[in-house]
Amino acid sequence: MELSVVISYFPRLLDGAWVTMQLVVLSIVLGAIFALPIALARISASPFVRVFPFLYIFFFRGTPLLVQIFLVYYGASQFDVVKESIFWPILREPFWCAIIAFTLNTSAYTAEIFRGAIQAIPVGEVEACKVVGMTRVQMYRRVLLPRAFGIVLPAYGNEIILMLKGSALASTITLLDLTGMARTIIARTYTPIEIFMAAGVIYLAISMIVIAIFKQVEKRQNRYLGPISIKIPDKG
Amino acid sequence: MIDLHGFGNQLLQGAVITVELAFASLIVGLILGLLGASAKLSSIKVLQWIANTYTTIIRGIPELLTVLIIYFGATSVLMGIASWFGYEEYIEIGPFVAGVTALGLTFGAYATEVFRGALQSIPKGQHEAATALGMGNVRKFYRVILPQVWRVALPGLGNLFLVLLKDTALVSVVGLDDIMRKANIAVSSTKEPFLFYSAAACMYLVLTIVSMVVVHYMEKKASRGIKRT
Repeated sequence: MELSVVISYFPRLLDGAWVTMQLVVLSIVLGAIFALPIALARISASPFVRVFPFLYIFFFRGTPLLVQIFLVYYGASQFDVVKESIFWPILREPFWCAIIAFTLNTSAYTAEIFRGAIQAIPVGEVEACKVVGMTRVQMYRRVLLPRAFGIVLPAYGNEIILMLKGSALASTITLLDLTGMARTIIARTYTPIEIFMAAGVIYLAISMIVIAIFKQVEKRQNRYLGPISIKIPDKG
Repeated sequence: MIDLHGFGNQLLQGAVITVELAFASLIVGLILGLLGASAKLSSIKVLQWIANTYTTIIRGIPELLTVLIIYFGATSVLMGIASWFGYEEYIEIGPFVAGVTALGLTFGAYATEVFRGALQSIPKGQHEAATALGMGNVRKFYRVILPQVWRVALPGLGNLFLVLLKDTALVSVVGLDDIMRKANIAVSSTKEPFLFYSAAACMYLVLTIVSMVVVHYMEKKASRGIKRT
């Protein structure tokens, strides 16, 4: 083991970690935005509406993320229509291709999580909303979505961790994320174990931070479920 | 089968490798998972610590990184061990063995948690009844505990297998001739990436559907005699 290599290249690994963070945060935020309408369409009463989100989710959960990245990054360039369109400057960039693939992927998983959470809300609460005369939009905005947010947190934390780990695949389309940077350094120094281990430690550290943050948010969001502490006033 | 510019057969061969890799990793992972769960539930502190470290590390780093570490690292580790025994030749680990090791380790870490939950769900009375009948620990485990653990753990293991199936694609990065790498080869000679990556995606979808059907059938079989709620 040569720790000196790790120390001298550590700043560059951190540069890679920064790219990884950008990838994860951007795709998670965009993914959540897309996931909500997909989830709502998935629980629609009409089978015709339901089938599209079902197929979308089935495709993105049933194929490897690696295939999806390659389809976006290499696949799009097969068509001249795409190359001549205004989207080409975006689809040419590995960074944006990774974002597109990750967003599509995570929104499929997130939609299922959202759906599960909305369906986990007791029917009585929906009925109560109707009884007090709320419209559908009011019901979702005031009751169902805030309730779903609390239910969703543990599963959603897992999804972020999975996305963080999945983001390592960006290195296969020449992006210098944490894994990509590690591979570049190794090509120069021939110390695969040391550098990959260091990268692994950084991934671990990031996921521990995510887990800690989620623990706090969960505690706050679900504080109404927590142990009730009643202060009994002293007699006398 | 569609011809795909003559690469259809190549992709099918890749699918065979993918399936072989998935099953080999599954077996390694199931064994590791059972060992890990037993270690976590044992009263020996060292075993608990080893199992906890194992699951924390493997679940915290990307699967791709695990594959790369095993592929590049295992060679030097093995050579280090071999040189203790006085063996100085060069040892090389192929992508298949590296893939099975990495994916088996990954599956094992997640399966540890699934098995732990399942083992804990077996009522204490079952253990006591088996002991009362005079069964030894080994017989108790595979006659009474394991069949019930299997039933509880199956849905979780089924999910893990689907994840494993998709993770096999990562081993193409270190040169295994699976579906993904065959697709890459086809793309580099035909310049039709969309066609071949779509074909690869379809093959993974077919494998996913088949596995889902098989898991469903196994769940049904494991739960026979149990009232459905």
